[in-house]
Amino acid sequence: MTAFTGKSILICGVGGQGTLLMSKTLTYGLVQAGYDVKMSEVHGMAQRGGSVSTQVRYGEKVYSPIIGRGEADVLVAFEKLEAVRYANLLKPGGAALINDYEIAPLPVASGAAEYPQNIEEQMRRAFQVRVLPASRVAKSLGNIRCTNIVLLGALVRAFALETIDWNAALTASVPPKALALNIAAFDAGYQLEG
Amino acid sequence: MSDLTRQLLTGNEAIARGAYEAGVTVCSAYPGTPSTEIFENLAQYKNALYAEWAPNEKVATEVAYGACIANARSLTAMKHVGLNVAADLVFTAAYNGVGAGFVIVTADDPSMHSSQNEQDNRRYAQFAKIPLIEPSDSQECKDFMKEAYAVSERFGTPVLFRVTTRVSHSKSLVSLGEREEQTPARYVRNIPKFVCTPAFAQKHRPELEERLKALEVYANTSPLNALEQKGGKIGVITASISYQYAKEAFPEDTSFLKLGFTWPLPMDLIRSFAASVETLYVIEELEPFMEEQIRAAGISCVGKRAIPDMFELNPEIVRRGVFGAEPEVAQLDVDLVPRPPALCPGCPHRGFFHVLSKRKDFVITGDIGCYTLGYAAPLSAMDTCACMGGGFSLGMGMAKAFETQGVTDRKIFGVVGDSTFFHSGLTGAVEIIYNKGNMIPCVLDNSITGMTGHQDNPGTGFTLNGEIAAKVAIEDVLRSFGYQNVIIVDPQDLKAMQQAVDDALASEVPAAIIARRPCLLIKRIRHDVGKCVVDREKCRGCRLCLKVACPAIHLRDGKTEIDETICAGCTVCAQACPFGAISRVGDQRKGE
Ligand SMILES: Cc1ncc(C[n+]2csc(CCOP(=O)(O)OP(=O)(O)O)c2C)c(N)n1
Repeated sequence: MTAFTGKSILICGVGGQGTLLMSKTLTYGLVQAGYDVKMSEVHGMAQRGGSVSTQVRYGEKVYSPIIGRGEADVLVAFEKLEAVRYANLLKPGGAALINDYEIAPLPVASGAAEYPQNIEEQMRRAFQVRVLPASRVAKSLGNIRCTNIVLLGALVRAFALETIDWNAALTASVPPKALALNIAAFDAGYQLEG
Repeated sequence: MSDLTRQLLTGNEAIARGAYEAGVTVCSAYPGTPSTEIFENLAQYKNALYAEWAPNEKVATEVAYGACIANARSLTAMKHVGLNVAADLVFTAAYNGVGAGFVIVTADDPSMHSSQNEQDNRRYAQFAKIPLIEPSDSQECKDFMKEAYAVSERFGTPVLFRVTTRVSHSKSLVSLGEREEQTPARYVRNIPKFVCTPAFAQKHRPELEERLKALEVYANTSPLNALEQKGGKIGVITASISYQYAKEAFPEDTSFLKLGFTWPLPMDLIRSFAASVETLYVIEELEPFMEEQIRAAGISCVGKRAIPDMFELNPEIVRRGVFGAEPEVAQLDVDLVPRPPALCPGCPHRGFFHVLSKRKDFVITGDIGCYTLGYAAPLSAMDTCACMGGGFSLGMGMAKAFETQGVTDRKIFGVVGDSTFFHSGLTGAVEIIYNKGNMIPCVLDNSITGMTGHQDNPGTGFTLNGEIAAKVAIEDVLRSFGYQNVIIVDPQDLKAMQQAVDDALASEVPAAIIARRPCLLIKRIRHDVGKCVVDREKCRGCRLCLKVACPAIHLRDGKTEIDETICAGCTVCAQACPFGAISRVGDQRKGE
């Protein structure tokens, strides 16, 4: 089999959480660093509070924009339940960066189902899990919307992608008035222990 | 000099760029996932070309075809089911041929991420007898567009350009080129060519077969078909996104015949490739389109025996199908609660469906759009949703069936959105008047094409480029058809909404309802938003507010709680509360 020598990243969350901006910034940085990059996203239901995911693959040469089961090197989950939803795409033993944040899906909100309590424990059995307070950090910086960039900082640390100029990538992908906040969010994410 | 550095573009952005570089000047489309962004991206080239949203795919294709008859390179694009709507013209345009180049983009949706069926539109190329081009990444989306116009003009035929969700919505690196302006020939009337009477059609018929033979000769040497000869053991014939999957699934020494021009198939090329390898695989998503033809040519191959014929592929599925390689997958024991999409907080459709959901004797024939979510529990206020326009006409059929069965205790409401109304609700509305339908057509007018990501339509007053346009008033249209009682109501006012339903049912003359309130996500409108809060003393935990199906509302310790970060203050829940426990606080304006 042709071994894919690059990395595959799966980013997931709930529509409106900013997964797309994170992927955009990430891919911008990777392209500047000279990698071949492919990214895949599914549109459609994103604005309606449904589950959303983006896949980013980079390396010397990337063919497929998407992966199958057990093929992602890292999973970045903006929401805990979503981590589980996409877990079958992550390699056993792979890294899972999970934002410590819950958004109740409609069946839970209406009392028809319970939000599962064993997510962390189950994820830890299969993967190298880091649960990160990204949304709390973002809130303390002044805007929960920069959760995505906090998580980007954490991902950059996990993948040792420090040689890339992330300030330039942020400058290219966020509006000027939000730049300072996002740089702070990135740094805070990079420093996170978890 | 244009920017020649490589950019990360989606397939759709690259198709738009390709049309621009090919010197296209007239473009018309109707939105539909996953094709929509092609035209949204054409807007940036408005100084070089004309691009518009048409009311539906048939009109769009006709506009583009008319433009090509007047010697302008033209483009239309649609989602796969859109081609069903446009098909009437496409089959005949194949007979008549083109003036300047004419390309039809179809964006198919394997796995139905945002669609109602999984039809494989490669069949349309064969059925309508027009050439088929399939790119496999964004660079090819751009480059193949230019070749598509060359093929269209060289052979005088419409060209079908097929992409799939993963081609349209994946990003990969693209080197840009310059626009090549075309010099259009002066238009001259050509009756035998463009007037499709039987006599002329009978003349075109054998010409069409000759053209296909010439296209097959071209296919064998087309620059869109590429041979990657490696070893003699395994050979793979593949096209479109499946090529990318197969490249990762097969060993390094596999030979590939990668096809970008996929109908008529380059059978000579295929035959000699097949002869050069021991085992031949045909790797294609969905139908055995290539495999059937390759087999019919007497060439043996492995195709659907190994690869599924439904849902999308990926490298892992190909690897498993061909080599039996099972991936290692972690098994978690977590109760995976689904996260279905829901009407947004503050969505104007909510009030309409909340009112209609209360009556078990109502039959609601729905249609496609955000408002389809009226079907979802706990609203569950929909009986059918099948195709655009069906919201009116399916209801009409049910009304006539009830009449013949002597059923009188069911009340039928046909429901379409504003964009859907202009797309194909118009003819249904005429049908109901003309044939005395015992039903009430309703237009849920949120003043935008919401579902596909907020495109303008004939009712919004703006064009694709954001310029001010004539605003077609839905009420004027309905009145002119003969609906003497057109009731316009704000669906967010539940009392008024209920009254509108009662009035329509009691009406002596043909009645229709327009539930009108703009979508909260429209940026150019100033919306009146606020927050709703729950008085926990007054809340009795009766859960009636949960019946409005709002993502902002949940239960905490048996009582209602509202998530203020997403609540828009629409007050539908407050109106549904019998104890006055919910009230709105704070007035804000959102938008410009
Ligand atoms: C033939 C066809 N063309 C396009 C689509 C894609 N599509 C789905 S819903 C929709 C329009 C919905 O707009 P509207 O009727 O205004 O309802 P809203 O989503 O705003 O509630 C479109 C274009 C489709 N499903 N079928």
